[in-house]
Amino acid sequence: MAENFISRGFVSKRRVDDAAHKERIPPGQYETRDFPVLSAGPTPQTQLDRWTFSINGEIAEGLKLTWNEFLQLPSESITVDIHCVTKWTKLDTKWKGVAVETLLEKIDLEGNAEIKHLIAYAKGGYTTNIPLTDVLNKNAWVVYEYDGKPLTPEHGGPARLLVPHLYFWKSAKWIESFKLVKEDRPGFWESAGYHNYGDPWKEQRYAGD
Amino acid sequence: MNDNDLRLDGNAVGGLLGEIFQFEMTTAQTTCAGCGAIKTVAELMLYRHGMGAILRCAFCDQALMRITCIRGCYRLDLSGMSGLQVDADVH
Amino acid sequence: MSQLKWQFTTLVEAKWETPTVKTLVLDAPAWTGHKAGQHVDIRLTAEDGYQAQRSYSIASAPDDKNLSLTVERIEDGEVSPYLTDVLQTGERLELRGPIGGYFVWNSDQKKNNSQPLLLIAGGSGFVPLMAMIRHRANVGDNTPTRVLYSARSDEEIINREELEELASKDSALEIIYTLTRKQPKHWKGYHRRIDRQMIGEVAWTMKDNPLAFICGPTALVESAANLLQEIEYKSENIKTERFGPTGG
Repeated sequence: MAENFISRGFVSKRRVDDAAHKERIPPGQYETRDFPVLSAGPTPQTQLDRWTFSINGEIAEGLKLTWNEFLQLPSESITVDIHCVTKWTKLDTKWKGVAVETLLEKIDLEGNAEIKHLIAYAKGGYTTNIPLTDVLNKNAWVVYEYDGKPLTPEHGGPARLLVPHLYFWKSAKWIESFKLVKEDRPGFWESAGYHNYGDPWKEQRYAGD
Repeated sequence: MNDNDLRLDGNAVGGLLGEIFQFEMTTAQTTCAGCGAIKTVAELMLYRHGMGAILRCAFCDQALMRITCIRGCYRLDLSGMSGLQVDADVH
Repeated sequence: MSQLKWQFTTLVEAKWETPTVKTLVLDAPAWTGHKAGQHVDIRLTAEDGYQAQRSYSIASAPDDKNLSLTVERIEDGEVSPYLTDVLQTGERLELRGPIGGYFVWNSDQKKNNSQPLLLIAGGSGFVPLMAMIRHRANVGDNTPTRVLYSARSDEEIINREELEELASKDSALEIIYTLTRKQPKHWKGYHRRIDRQMIGEVAWTMKDNPLAFICGPTALVESAANLLQEIEYKSENIKTERFGPTGG
């Protein structure tokens, strides 16, 4: 419409204006205290005795863990800010899980210098791609607790990927496996026009940003 | 909240499809490339939020349509369907 | 020609139907008409450019004078509290429609053996079904129609007076309520969620060649549709419209 119409008295309810945290809100984002649920498909109800997590791809030997084996791995408790490309930012979210670095230590990556990408696969066919150096040198986890409680299915439980330095679609819910590959493969949203890397501080929302 | 609460009918995406297509699309017939089910768009399961809309087969959950609108450009991934039949008379 | 365009309407009248449900009567000069069961998209724009968009069912019949929407106020919603509490008569509202060609019912009296209707509603899912009931009454259609309306309490039944007046004048229109949470004293009707026995007592059988429309929260819609399939309804006999928490 040509004219700039404003709905008198309408303001977004989700926004919180807290000047104290301004420097923690990336450009174009606003703070929310809710935890919105964004799903691209049905929420799976996974029985823990059937849950597995595996690492495969262009590597000599992969890895497959059961739920109990996964819980035996050294875990970390972390508090991070998360940024969704739909513009909400949630501060100080508390998680517990296993660092991706810890998982990858179990894989022999020696002599596999050409492997540069991690493709995360989740239940329901969801995929997302992350440079391997990001999960090795920065911070990424497979988390199974949120705010001191088991991660609920609508937020990705039993376990999800958490890559807080990238937009939150990279933090795949209902994680099933990592594929380690030489060539990059854009995932579910990356192939639909979203940015291949997704750094919220550079506002890399869409392809070409 | 359980998963059921997030699922809507394809009917609810009629407005978005109406931006893209000339014809009434909620009554268009789709064929699922996964299981072969033939259903109208209105009968597909819709998952929609700020990133885009995904229409899935009610029987096998295959994603039939993925729609994003980014900077005035609609992108449709229809790789999950093997057929789409649109009635040119229905408005 | 049919591509949807945003258009301006003006609120001419607003009326609370229940403590949480309000009907908005709109003056819509660019409106090209609709079918009973269709919906509109509403778009709100804040001063900073932020926009929120939601879908609402059309409550008025195609043959009614004004376009009207019946909106349930969702407590922590973003759009519905604006529509019920902030928008004043004389103010403009941006919408587009009509939308949807599937969940619609058209009176067709040329057909001799028209399909009897089974209209199943949960809460404010009654709105598009009311548009069908109004359309049916407006044109004097006597298609046998049964309405199964699930509400939490009697004060949450939308359009109750109008509905019962229509039913009192029309033996082909039957209204059956089930009140799931709170019932008035001496309530003789159903007081539980829609279940197999209720469907068995209320629904037309398949030999009647029925057409069912189900609208409401996702869980109610899926449960009612499954119960109808148990009594041999085929998918072409059942039309559903779910609404979820994004409806706020």
